Amino acid sequence: MTTRAAKEPVNAGIEGAPRSFEEDLARLEEIVAALESGDLSLEDSLKLFEEGVRLSGQCHKRLDEAEGKLQVLRPGGAEKIVVEDFSPEEGK
Amino acid sequence: MERRVFSISELTGYLQARLEGDPVLQGVWVEGEISNFTHHSSGHMYFTLKDSGARLRSVMFRGSNTRLRFRPTEGMAVMAYGSITLYPKNGDYQLYVDAMEPAGMGSLFVAFEQLKERLGREGLFDTASKRPIPAMPRNIALITSPTGAAVRDMIKVLRRRRRDIDILVIPAQVQGEEAPSSLIRAIGQLELLEIDVAIVGRGGGSIEELWAFNDEGVARAIAASPVPIISAVGHETDFTIADMAADLRAPTPSAGAELATADGAQFCRTLDGLAHRMGLALRRTIASHRRHLLSLSASVALQRPDRRLALRRQELDGLNIRLERAMRATLTQKRHNLGAAAGRLDALSPLSTLNRGYSICTGPEGRVIRRADEAPLGTRVIVRLAAGHLGCVVDETSGGVQS
Repeated sequence: MTTRAAKEPVNAGIEGAPRSFEEDLARLEEIVAALESGDLSLEDSLKLFEEGVRLSGQCHKRLDEAEGKLQVLRPGGAEKIVVEDFSPEEGK
Repeated sequence: MERRVFSISELTGYLQARLEGDPVLQGVWVEGEISNFTHHSSGHMYFTLKDSGARLRSVMFRGSNTRLRFRPTEGMAVMAYGSITLYPKNGDYQLYVDAMEPAGMGSLFVAFEQLKERLGREGLFDTASKRPIPAMPRNIALITSPTGAAVRDMIKVLRRRRRDIDILVIPAQVQGEEAPSSLIRAIGQLELLEIDVAIVGRGGGSIEELWAFNDEGVARAIAASPVPIISAVGHETDFTIADMAADLRAPTPSAGAELATADGAQFCRTLDGLAHRMGLALRRTIASHRRHLLSLSASVALQRPDRRLALRRQELDGLNIRLERAMRATLTQKRHNLGAAAGRLDALSPLSTLNRGYSICTGPEGRVIRRADEAPLGTRVIVRLAAGHLGCVVDETSGGVQS
């Protein structure tokens, strides 16, 4: 008796972000540890640094710029699920 | 026959001992109706429990009555648990009440305890099966009433912590007969909607109002959901079965929202800290590589042949310079010597003697006359001066004998 979900999952729309914040943070910590170890070649160091800058920038972008959606699930006709914007002021 | 006469205190003491020593009266459940109820400013509750045939004075002290999950009112039928005691000062016996519940709730609580035990034995409440709440979920579902303070509070707290998080309200009945099935349906949708974390909750209420969260079906749905669920049934002290089955329990809906995500600004600060360390580490790496490179190039340069040639040439130039210097020095020295010799020579030359005022006197044969007796009176002599000469005749002589 499960109702079919709408095609678009609630969290879609974030550009190329299958990775979670936690994964990004973990990768960044790895990069920092590797760079601080001082054992890397110059090219590897630069490559890792670039990746780290990119990761950090991406996270920042999502956190600072993205406006989170506020939606409510409503049952549509024939048990379809509809997602629409939610305004908490309605009702008492 | 002797009379045994007691003092009032003695008799009262006896009565007190009898009452308080009787196990039936210590820890006893009674059922009755509340009357003359007072909630004193001290926090203690004073009332009378009565039925058609008798009255029992009762007191429930503050320490016990704060745990009450309902508000006792005049005329309410209740069940009270406590102990009988006697107060000697006024000759009264009283029931000290430890716990109380509305009459008729008894069976509900029994069912609650039984369900709790059964589900506990099945492992639904095991800590090991509780899913971790993600630190930074991208989205969150709120299974709650779409109206009322609870949903607004949760949204406010979530937005304060994470402006970027997507919030989905899944409306559900949170009290009444329809509530359990409504909650179960909502929980079932979480996985399909790819939700990272959900809060199932509502604001505070009476026991009856919260009862849906003690439903077996709801507890099973929460335990079975692969999506982590925070239960936030708004009653600080109560634990519903949903609370026990959930992956995390919050005392209120707002607290639930706090627990659902870490603070975004703080996460950014953590990121910035890591980026800073990265920059420092890279600079150190570059500096160390540069030092290494420099030391390498310094030693490599000395091995190169054209460099060796240049060195030789440099040596040669050096020698040439030294040679020139030496020669110039020698020349200068020789000139100096020559000059000195010439000077001496000059001093010795007759010309310079003449320049000094001396004259050379020569006789008739041209012989230089040095002594006066070499030129007797009348001799014709030539006196050579620095410039020109004089022809003279000697008309006087004196001395001239060489000593």
